[in-house]
Amino acid sequence: MNRLMLWLPLGVFAVLVGFFFKGLTMDPGEQPSALIGEPFPVFDLTDLNTGERLSRETLPNQPFLLNVWASWCITCQVEHPYLTQLSEQVPIVGLNYKDTEKAAKNWLEKLGDPYALQIFDPTGRLGLDLGVAGAPETFLVDSNGVIRLRVQGEVNARVFAQKIRPRLDTIR
Amino acid sequence: MMKNIFLAWIVGFSLSVQAAIETYQFDSPGQEERFRQLGYELRCPKCQNQAIGDSDAEISGDLRAEVYRMLREGATDDEIKDFMVARYGRYVLYNPPLDRQTLVLWFGPGGLLVLGAILVVLRIRQSKKALDEGGT
Repeated sequence: MNRLMLWLPLGVFAVLVGFFFKGLTMDPGEQPSALIGEPFPVFDLTDLNTGERLSRETLPNQPFLLNVWASWCITCQVEHPYLTQLSEQVPIVGLNYKDTEKAAKNWLEKLGDPYALQIFDPTGRLGLDLGVAGAPETFLVDSNGVIRLRVQGEVNARVFAQKIRPRLDTIR
Repeated sequence: MMKNIFLAWIVGFSLSVQAAIETYQFDSPGQEERFRQLGYELRCPKCQNQAIGDSDAEISGDLRAEVYRMLREGATDDEIKDFMVARYGRYVLYNPPLDRQTLVLWFGPGGLLVLGAILVVLRIRQSKKALDEGGT
């Protein structure tokens, strides 16, 4: 019994090291989304480019990515070339978040428009319903309109390969 | 002269402080108090550890506006919290409800303390016993 007790501090220490080690590799800025497994929120907004009314029913009925972006968002500019490339593999719906029409249109004109649709959400209402904390964020939505994945921050080849691709393969 | 400069400095400084958090008009002092309390209990989803009531982040401003809107529409505190949790998850609550998932969070520290106390008592008894035996 006494011999065993001598090992206890080491055991406690090992458990603590385990927790801290895990903590080191976790990104505290990344929160699990409350909307995973939930249907896409109801909305009634317009398309930035065509002015058409958009709602949950007009979203693609195949798996797609919803990319939350704004012209004031630097990281959105960084991920834009990769999204353009990615749009050949999977449809990307844009959610222009808390932006002005003019700035958003200029941005797309300058950098190119890979988006299948462009939901214009100047007040950030839909963003709020999606639990968006800040642009960029990207959601994976399946063919039934259910949200499957949320990525906070830049989407690049690594994030796509590690996070998005595996989920996309299971729902396609 | 000196007094005027001082006055201008005070006024200028207080303005810049006020600009950080927008002002709202409330129907009653009670409503204002609830707004203040909710701003203190809801956590900014973009920040490391800040309530929406004292965060300058864009999203905190949006959430404050939403809390204000819901208060004015007559929502209860629980309705407002549920609204936030449905969108931003449990993370937004600084005071998470007690259930199976948060059991460790609520009782872990107390449990560890009790465990430690038990160990200390056992240890003392043991050494006392050893001392008694050694003494005789």
